[in-house]
Amino acid sequence: MPDLVDIFGDDTVLQFGGGTLGHPWGNAAGASANRVALEAVVLARNEGRQLATEGPEILRRAAKGSPELGAALEVWGKVAFDFEAVDSSAAWR
Amino acid sequence: MTTASERRYETFSYLPPLTGDQIVKQVDHILGHGLILAIEHTTRPDPRDAFWSMWKLPLFEVRTSQEVMAEIQECVDAHPDSFVKLNGYDPRRQGQVASFVVHRPG
Repeated sequence: MPDLVDIFGDDTVLQFGGGTLGHPWGNAAGASANRVALEAVVLARNEGRQLATEGPEILRRAAKGSPELGAALEVWGKVAFDFEAVDSSAAWR
Repeated sequence: MTTASERRYETFSYLPPLTGDQIVKQVDHILGHGLILAIEHTTRPDPRDAFWSMWKLPLFEVRTSQEVMAEIQECVDAHPDSFVKLNGYDPRRQGQVASFVVHRPG
């Protein structure tokens, strides 16, 4: 979530499929967890915090007020989107 | 069934209630982006009715968060049973780009 907000900013529609339905407590908890995470990240960014570096800490703190987010972080907290480009053919280099 | 005061309204409503210090930081952020602030209030918030009553005119001349916080307090004092929210309007893009509740009754 911190990376998405950091990269795309405010004029964005965020769509969470698996990130909502896959929540261990069900869809409603998944939706709530996503909302809490988004609001916590936007609030922190507006306060001048650096999302790229402080993101995990911001989410951990937000989870103290939201058991739903806490459960989501236990499942997905360690996930990082750090992949090589899918098309790495030389033609694009 | 939840009562009106328990429901969630607008941005940041899924977080714990904002402290005065947190509100000041958001106001500073909004002012720093050159937005025009406006205060609105209502006793009966309803997701189907986005029209809240305006508190005075938008704060066109206001440049500091202290003035904004004083206006919010004035509105809360005048309407103690109302929800009070703060809007940020972008004068270039001609739209409302920020909105969150700064006071809940009770």
